[in-house]
Amino acid sequence: MIALSRNDNSVLSRWWWTVDRLMLVLVLALIVLGLWLALTASPAVAERLGLDSMYFVKKQGLFLGVSLGAVLIVSMMSTDLVRRLAIIGFPITLVLMALTLLIAPEIKGATRWLPLGSFTLQPSEFLKPVFIVTTAWILSADLNGEKIPAKQISFALYLIVVAFLISQPDFGQTVLVSTVWMGQMALAGLPMTWLMIAGGLGLLGAGLAYALLPHVASRIDRFINPASGDTYQTDKAMEAFGSGGLFGKGPGEGVVKLGLPDAHTDYIFAVIGEEFGAIAGVMLLLLFAGIVVRGLAHLVNEENPFRLLAAAGLIMQFGLQTLINVGVNLAILPSKGMTLPFVSSGGSSMVALAIGMGMTLAFTRRNRFIQPGFDPVGWRAAE
Amino acid sequence: MNTVSAYHNMTTETHRRSAIEIARNRLMIGVVLFCFAFLIMIGRTIELGVSAPKPRVTATRQVVTVPEVQIARADIVDRNGEILATNLETASLYAVPKDIKDPQEAARQLVSILPELSYADVEAKLSSGKKFVWLKRKLTPRQKWEVNAIGEPAFQFEREEERIYPHGRLAAHVLGYVDVDGNGLGGVEHFFDAKLGDKSRTSEQLQLSLDIRVQYALADELQAAMRAYQAIGGAGLVMDVSTGEVIAMVSLPDYDPNNVRGVADTEKFNRATKGVYELGSTFKTFTFANALDDGVVSMEDGYDATKPLRISRFLIRDDHPKERYLTVPEIFTFSSNIGTAQMALDIGTERQQEFLGELGLLQPANVELTEVGAPLVPPVWRKSSTMTISYGHGLAVSPLQLASGISAMVNGGRLMTPTLVHNPENWQTGKQVIAPDTSRKIRQLLRMAVTKGTGGRADAVGYRVGGKTGTAEKAIAGGYARKKLISSFMGVFPMDDPQYAVFALLDEPKGTKETFGYRSGGWVAAPVVRNVILRSAPLLGVSPKQEDAGLYQDVALLIEDKKKK
Repeated sequence: MIALSRNDNSVLSRWWWTVDRLMLVLVLALIVLGLWLALTASPAVAERLGLDSMYFVKKQGLFLGVSLGAVLIVSMMSTDLVRRLAIIGFPITLVLMALTLLIAPEIKGATRWLPLGSFTLQPSEFLKPVFIVTTAWILSADLNGEKIPAKQISFALYLIVVAFLISQPDFGQTVLVSTVWMGQMALAGLPMTWLMIAGGLGLLGAGLAYALLPHVASRIDRFINPASGDTYQTDKAMEAFGSGGLFGKGPGEGVVKLGLPDAHTDYIFAVIGEEFGAIAGVMLLLLFAGIVVRGLAHLVNEENPFRLLAAAGLIMQFGLQTLINVGVNLAILPSKGMTLPFVSSGGSSMVALAIGMGMTLAFTRRNRFIQPGFDPVGWRAAE
Repeated sequence: MNTVSAYHNMTTETHRRSAIEIARNRLMIGVVLFCFAFLIMIGRTIELGVSAPKPRVTATRQVVTVPEVQIARADIVDRNGEILATNLETASLYAVPKDIKDPQEAARQLVSILPELSYADVEAKLSSGKKFVWLKRKLTPRQKWEVNAIGEPAFQFEREEERIYPHGRLAAHVLGYVDVDGNGLGGVEHFFDAKLGDKSRTSEQLQLSLDIRVQYALADELQAAMRAYQAIGGAGLVMDVSTGEVIAMVSLPDYDPNNVRGVADTEKFNRATKGVYELGSTFKTFTFANALDDGVVSMEDGYDATKPLRISRFLIRDDHPKERYLTVPEIFTFSSNIGTAQMALDIGTERQQEFLGELGLLQPANVELTEVGAPLVPPVWRKSSTMTISYGHGLAVSPLQLASGISAMVNGGRLMTPTLVHNPENWQTGKQVIAPDTSRKIRQLLRMAVTKGTGGRADAVGYRVGGKTGTAEKAIAGGYARKKLISSFMGVFPMDDPQYAVFALLDEPKGTKETFGYRSGGWVAAPVVRNVILRSAPLLGVSPKQEDAGLYQDVALLIEDKKKK
């Protein structure tokens, strides 16, 4: 254990004594596990793409290093600093999104990636955490009794973000961002009537997307009626789980994965199912569920509306993203491009998620010896 | 801090507290929802994990579903189902010139693969900027692969079919050939063009009466004889005497129907059906059948053959003069023109015409080919015509007509329509043209001609061959060329139960040392028939056996041994 005296008043010391250590361990475990899993799934893809077989592993290693640093550094920041950075970051990511629309090349039918030297940057991934924090900040103003039309302002920002996402187009991210935003609105006390209306609007939006965006329509058609089109990826994923059984074929022994497109990103959970088996898959899911449940349950005692809304939003984003990705792999949801946090290959997604988790850790730091709502000597002010 | 402010703070604090309370409650709902969702995922993962691994469908999935091949033309097979003509898928190369960036380079590469194309021509086509130009029809698979390897997307292929004759030259004149678009231009390909090319009936094979194994024996022997005697052509036939089916039909010189470019018309000419020849002494068979059937002569009768017969301005001689009175069997066996001509005079011109007409020798043969020659009939059938036609001069017929007529002479007297198609349902009994007893006598005579007469070299041991030689001088403008012969042999076996007629003809054979300079039918054509019988009888299910000499005894007694003068 790190020897940090409780008298030590340094940033590191204060961080160590206040951070949600269980959460931290779970997140770090996930990050390390992600690298290990990348070792098994990605060489096949790299070889198929004619790259060095360790190409994605090296890339993943690099990003995991960056992510690890991001988690730690961001989690050490104070709530105010994180909030300020997010509020500054929000317009910047919006500008980057606009730039993406203007100059980025089209990849697989969408313009999401901004070329940046030898890397590509996906601004929408970074948009998610800063938008969530910004939303939390605006909504918490309302909770704090300030007389501003917080929900209206938040709605306006939400519309801007969704407009950018749809124009890319990125239907998966739109669903994710919309759900998280609604969750935050719900936490902020949006009346039930409004929640139901929003749910209806969401369905309407999905219907519109189905009607107006051909690739969305095709994916949903294939999900509802597999015979209507090419369900190659889904079939392969099912075959991978079946081939793996309960205990898996062993790391690197997968054969179905060789024919599975995007084995290293969107369909990595199927590869895990084949090589490590259903039991390992369940354990991985338990790890994800643990992070989500621990994160949300931890917030039940939170007194600060901003911290509650922001952390809850970030954790919901993390949890929903996981559920969508796994749901697609398990053929419960229609196919859409969504990465499995920290496990899927993909730099922007991973670093952005790391920043998000760092923020979550930063917002959930507290003196665990003080009961929430009971602050007789102003300890909380010291944090 | 005044009261209002304090109150305000109080209300704010209350408001905040209640809001936090709502948030907490809803947060708990969120936790429950997340737990629920993760439980679904976990359940589904386990469900998929314990599901029996599906049989690996990878391999079958990767199999490209080949579109069902649309055969553009029906196959042709022989009587045993051996494929004689079929289709192979092939590819024809075309280009989309407007998409070509560098026509010179593309043309250079293409010509290096297909050297038969001219660079200038290809370059002009590729530079034309058109949307479509043909470059080469029907490439081999290797050529197609190499053209694809150029990597020029403007080179594209159209799937086509090519007519393939796996046996090459064998049976070329029967099968015929097709043009580049698959239209039948000769042989049965032409005769049955509509049926073979009918897209809705391409699975119906056309089954010919040919037996390709017998076809090979006949073609091989005839080819060998043609080479040995330096003949300019040859023709051969094997016919089933009881059904009229053509088992083999050869015309030489021949051609390869797979590649008809540059084939001369003389090679495409079918001597067995289109060629008509004055076939010489084989025709005596008809004269004898006619005379015997009408009761004009009996086997015991005879004619004086001591000296050549003068008829108007020319003489009828014998090639093998006996210079004595000859019995009817002797006239046939020794092939006496003098005796036969007298017999024809006794039959009479009208009756002779009628009889030959009944045998179908005065009209074109009715067979499933369009290459059928019309007989050359004398414009005015004089007495002299009657006499010469009796021994095969002055009337030219095709070998197919001869074989068909001879079949009727030996099979009990039924004339069968010759056919190239194997269709047992259509076999008919045939028209009775001579009495069965006359047919029996003809069989005796034919056998005697082989055992005691001019056809000795056709005697395939054990197969009881009967037959008649034919040697005719070729008719040329204004007369006959003594040096140019049509030498033939019409054989039938086995003579005690005739099944097959075998005919061989050589056009302008030259004598060799082995034949002591002779080039008559008995010397050059009879051995071909013998060899064909020896090779094909086992294939046709005819077994050799000891001959029953009693069958021929009465006739044999009427023939004085040819050695004696």
